[in-house]
Amino acid sequence: MAAAGGRLLVRSSAAGCRGFSTRGSANKDPPTTFQPPPKRERSAFQPPSKPVFVDKATLGSQRRFLSPEFIPRRQRTAPFKFYVERLDMIQRRKVINIPEFYVGSILSVTTADPYANGKTSRFVGICIQRGGNGLGGTFILRNVIEGQGVEICYELYNPRIQEIQVLKLEKRLDDNLMYLRDALPQYSTFDVDMKPVHVEAYEDVPVNTLKVRMKPKPWSKRWERPKYNIQGIQFELPKEKMEEAKKWSKPWVPFDMLREYDTSQLEEEIWEEVNEGLKK
Amino acid sequence: MCECTCSRAEPCRCPCRRAVQAPRAPRPALRAAGAPRPAARAPGGGAGSARTRVRKGALLWNLVAWLCTRIPMALVNGRLGLFLTHFSRAVNQRHFSLTGACGAVQKLTRVRVVDNSALGNTPYHRPPRCIHVYNKTGVGKVGDKILLAIKGEKKKALIVGHKMPGPRMTPRFDSNNVVLIEENGNPTGTRIKIPIPSILRQQSGEFSKVLAIATNFV
Repeated sequence: MAAAGGRLLVRSSAAGCRGFSTRGSANKDPPTTFQPPPKRERSAFQPPSKPVFVDKATLGSQRRFLSPEFIPRRQRTAPFKFYVERLDMIQRRKVINIPEFYVGSILSVTTADPYANGKTSRFVGICIQRGGNGLGGTFILRNVIEGQGVEICYELYNPRIQEIQVLKLEKRLDDNLMYLRDALPQYSTFDVDMKPVHVEAYEDVPVNTLKVRMKPKPWSKRWERPKYNIQGIQFELPKEKMEEAKKWSKPWVPFDMLREYDTSQLEEEIWEEVNEGLKK
Repeated sequence: MCECTCSRAEPCRCPCRRAVQAPRAPRPALRAAGAPRPAARAPGGGAGSARTRVRKGALLWNLVAWLCTRIPMALVNGRLGLFLTHFSRAVNQRHFSLTGACGAVQKLTRVRVVDNSALGNTPYHRPPRCIHVYNKTGVGKVGDKILLAIKGEKKKALIVGHKMPGPRMTPRFDSNNVVLIEENGNPTGTRIKIPIPSILRQQSGEFSKVLAIATNFV
């Protein structure tokens, strides 16, 4: 079918084409008063326009994604060090496909494990955090197995990783889902045998606006405080607690110029460099 | 006989007795000068000296004296629970701060027994606690043997997962999991449903029997 190739079939509206009309059947009973047929503008027969195949890929609306571990943090190290590191990262990406994923996507990772039967072990979980820079880029997958919450921190460029498969590509309202540890276990449980859900390359990444319900306090961190800026929790705390939490807000932080770090220029350069490296 | 479930001959001082006893009459925070002093809750070393310290007609001194009787008593008892009962009359929702920090297993860590042994699964008013870790550092990680105090008896156990993040690519569990073990290394239970880290297979000689009863590996 055309859909598999990522094409969009644009059809003209059905207004122009005429179907069969039923005006041919004669009325058995003649009408008491003559009713003239409704006036319609008579024009020459317009054949339907040919279907136009629009290849979305060529339109250039494909989403660009540069993995966050490529972008170096603001520091005083010479950029050459990051350049050399990126060469190694590109080399590794030629061997294994590290797909695009975000915090909140459900992944399955197959690693080589000398101590597991079959020498490989597979783990499915939701990505709750992406950290590290360069070759040390990590992501943490969380799942609840047999009622026990398990988290594994995988290194993206570790040679033991054999396959990373994105089962469900989606974003959440937050960059960091560490609060899932204090949420009800149903929000961290994912079926190990779930089928991958396909998302087209040109579509925007769906945002899951789920608001998670928490276990009773105490939590590992005080997630209601503005420092964490969590949007994805359904807070069922009393109003006084929410007002008290606002005492720790720092409203000057978004305006603090010393904390500004504009990476747009850097991202453009690294994007071109990485693409060129991957094409070779 | 003790009223709680511990089945001792004399009443025990365990925290469960707070639930068993009827709630005590509220104690006034400040006594009027000259009013008869209420009987001391339990004889303590600080009480005698406190009585001599209090002067008549000084409300502030009464409060300080009352505090002085309580604080040394708590220290003598070494029991935070009893100390809190005196203060938490108005604030009944006082919680203990459980260790939310991710720590590995060391002395006095409360652990969770994950096999199906009778000792690990019968309810008791105290959670099983680690009282000794059999390695050079006192901190137990996956694969270390520890000594547990469980249901009033000592039992050896094997750590099969902890809350502390370990090396990359190894699993981190949401609870400190432990499997009960005999002196010769044989597991006490017959099945482990909770996932076990596959890194334990490295010491296959020692833990082969424990790995044999495990069903899930991570």
